[in-house]
Amino acid sequence: MALLEVNEIHTYYGNIHALKGVSFEVDTGEIIALIGSNGAGKTTTLRTVSGLMAPREGSVSFDGEEISRTRADLLVSKGISMVPEGRGVFAKLTVEENLDMGAYVRRDGDVKEDLKSAYSLFPRLEERKKQFAGTLSGGEQQMLAIARALMSKPRLLLLDEPSMGLAPVLVDGVFDTVQRIASEGVTILLVEQNAHMALQIADRGYVLQSGEVAISDTAANLQQNETVQKTYLGID
Amino acid sequence: MDTLRSQTSRTVLALGLLSGAFILFTGAVGMIAAFHEREVVDRFISLGQLLLLIAPFVTGYFVASRLHEYGEAPAQILVAGLAAGMLTALPSVVLLLFNSDEFRFLLFLVLRLAPFVAASAIAWGRHQAGADTQTVIGIWLLIAVLVGIVTFSFALIFEIKGDLRSVLVNIDRDWVEVITFDNRKDLPVGIATFGLVSIAAGFAGCMLHLMPNVPRRALIYGLGITALVGAFGETARLILQENVDRDTLREIFRRDTLRQHAALALFVISTAAGFFWAMYGSQVRQSFDNIDTSNRRRLNMIGLVIFVAFMLLLPWLIGRTLSDVAVTIGIFVLMGLGLNIAIGLAGLLDLGYLTNYAVGAYILAVLTSIGPLGLFKGTFTFWMVIPLALLAAMFAGFIFAVPVLRMRGDYLAIATLGFGEIIGKLAISDWLKPLIGGAQGVQAIPKPIFFGAELKNPEQLYYIVLVASLVCLFVSIRLNNSRTGRQWMAIREDEDVATAMGIDTARAKLLAFTLSAATGGVAGAIFAAKVGTVFPNSFTVFVSINVLSLIIVGGIASNPGIVVGAIVLIGMPELLREFAEFRFLLYGALLILMMIKRPQGLIPSKIVTHEHQSGVKAKLAAAE
Repeated sequence: MALLEVNEIHTYYGNIHALKGVSFEVDTGEIIALIGSNGAGKTTTLRTVSGLMAPREGSVSFDGEEISRTRADLLVSKGISMVPEGRGVFAKLTVEENLDMGAYVRRDGDVKEDLKSAYSLFPRLEERKKQFAGTLSGGEQQMLAIARALMSKPRLLLLDEPSMGLAPVLVDGVFDTVQRIASEGVTILLVEQNAHMALQIADRGYVLQSGEVAISDTAANLQQNETVQKTYLGID
Repeated sequence: MDTLRSQTSRTVLALGLLSGAFILFTGAVGMIAAFHEREVVDRFISLGQLLLLIAPFVTGYFVASRLHEYGEAPAQILVAGLAAGMLTALPSVVLLLFNSDEFRFLLFLVLRLAPFVAASAIAWGRHQAGADTQTVIGIWLLIAVLVGIVTFSFALIFEIKGDLRSVLVNIDRDWVEVITFDNRKDLPVGIATFGLVSIAAGFAGCMLHLMPNVPRRALIYGLGITALVGAFGETARLILQENVDRDTLREIFRRDTLRQHAALALFVISTAAGFFWAMYGSQVRQSFDNIDTSNRRRLNMIGLVIFVAFMLLLPWLIGRTLSDVAVTIGIFVLMGLGLNIAIGLAGLLDLGYLTNYAVGAYILAVLTSIGPLGLFKGTFTFWMVIPLALLAAMFAGFIFAVPVLRMRGDYLAIATLGFGEIIGKLAISDWLKPLIGGAQGVQAIPKPIFFGAELKNPEQLYYIVLVASLVCLFVSIRLNNSRTGRQWMAIREDEDVATAMGIDTARAKLLAFTLSAATGGVAGAIFAAKVGTVFPNSFTVFVSINVLSLIIVGGIASNPGIVVGAIVLIGMPELLREFAEFRFLLYGALLILMMIKRPQGLIPSKIVTHEHQSGVKAKLAAAE
């Protein structure tokens, strides 16, 4: 059974029908990429999975449990953690306070250990732990957002456009990190406009088009797919 | 060199005319004449005259500091100071001339000539720019007619009504008297005096800026303290009267006014003190910084003990009238600390805070009153009702929070504003009249009784407010550093992300509103006990706005800031009561000035300081 199963979800913004029956699944240990152009419904899908929005129809199940009506804050303790679009670090808290906030739902005592492992994953953050998060560079903020999401010890990590607004050099670094996190056993669902990068690290991918899944295949096949190449990879 | 010249003259012109407009405006609204009633130094200078002096003086100082930045020579700067002083006087002198019988014809002359002059000037400009004759004539006619309509109608009004007073009611005999330095009968002498005083003050302001650092700071302390004590003479006397004997007091004050020799002594002493502080202040501060941790802790303890002792002794130091003011300040400190939980910590802009204040006050009134509306006629005492008022306010806060939980930012502010209005209207309504007395309110609320002693004086009520504020301050500090506080801060920063961290935002916001309401209820109850009656017109939107303003002026999310904010915004107007009509003008001016010059508040919290500094840094970076 898949870790996350999304089945025919329909999500609306008021009267706007944003998702028209999106289905996909994510197996434990996989990196799954949702790609598509602006307005295709990628972020809406992620917000629906993370509980920030509720689907009008369809179901989302996590580890066999139906979660489409569960509040977002409760999903965090169930093991779903999200890195929001545009990073969303708490600018007026320090780096370390941000990481502490990430461990908000944790009641066990290992937070110190996790802080250490976060710092070993991102040594830059340790150098800046007393700084306000708002003073970090864009790349550092992205690292902080990812590190913070990991502090809740998620089984499923949702990443919304991690490459957005970053310099190309930094984008490589971010995707390397994502791969490293996956190799430690965290399942990853990645939403990305930068299809090229996303498909390079993903196992499988889904192409969203106006609120529907247009194509689904392994990442390698998608990279070869003619439509995908033309529309999303810019290859003629 | 040319650009420097034009920059210099533009600065002098702009600042000079700005302060001229200030003098003209304060005169036109009657402030100068009203302030003249209050003497700062006995038979020497009044507050109105001080205002006339301060404007050119401060302008001179700023002109000097600007020109210094431009790299002007001292001689040039001094000339500019003279000019700034003159420009300060100019608008008022023009008005003075128009208003006088001898020179009224000037006004008519100007009004009659204005259309032609304006039209000719603009047409000439067009001509120079190369417009053809037809266009120039067309423009001339157009401007002349447009300006003519305005000025001729003005002239007509003045001719029919006879003088300016029909339009500017405060430009009267008193104003002329002050502005001419008591030479109303001899206008040329009066204008000359006013002009010369203004010029001299501008020059003095320049001189002050050109002085070396140490004497300059010493003089600023000296002048500032003397002027402040003089202006708040009544307050100063009230404080002194508690601590010195009658003869000494009479030696220093004539009624509420500083005597000349006392003012001089005060000036000398404060200048000397300022001199020593300017000389050795940094050394003292440095040696404080060098104290090691264990000694520092001891020092902090001593400081705390002195502070607590001071707070305990305060009512006996300042006397009854000022204790009353202190109680009012304390009530607002309580509310400020409460509202700060919602606004400062959780970022919820609540404009309906008066709800909690009203609930607390009415609960106490109805439960303890021995009048016709009292439900229990003395069965309940103040002390029993305080926890009830607190709980009732919390309940009200909770109830009002439920419907607005999903709202954010501006929408939340408007919704809470609406709730506040509803409460105000309910209090005065006929519907609740049988219970809370409608417009008549609830009367005969007994004073608190403490071990058999009735706490009826402000000096005694002060301690209730003090204890309540300290408790509230303690809770507030603890909350700030707690998991709950952290969760509010996360919501303030970004509600969606806070949810993504696993925070139940609805619960956290409810908690913020509820806890925030608690102190409002206590403040309201204390207020009701202090006044002894509760009227609906005590509960207007101004309460909410006052509390919000004192938080912002003091420094948002800063506990010491709230205390200072309450002293400035609640205490100052109380002390300025005799200038009743101008209190809100000054209050508004102060708010605007604060928001421009010190948007982070008087005592900003660490986070806000950082935010403003990084804003400035970003601007600097962008400029480079």
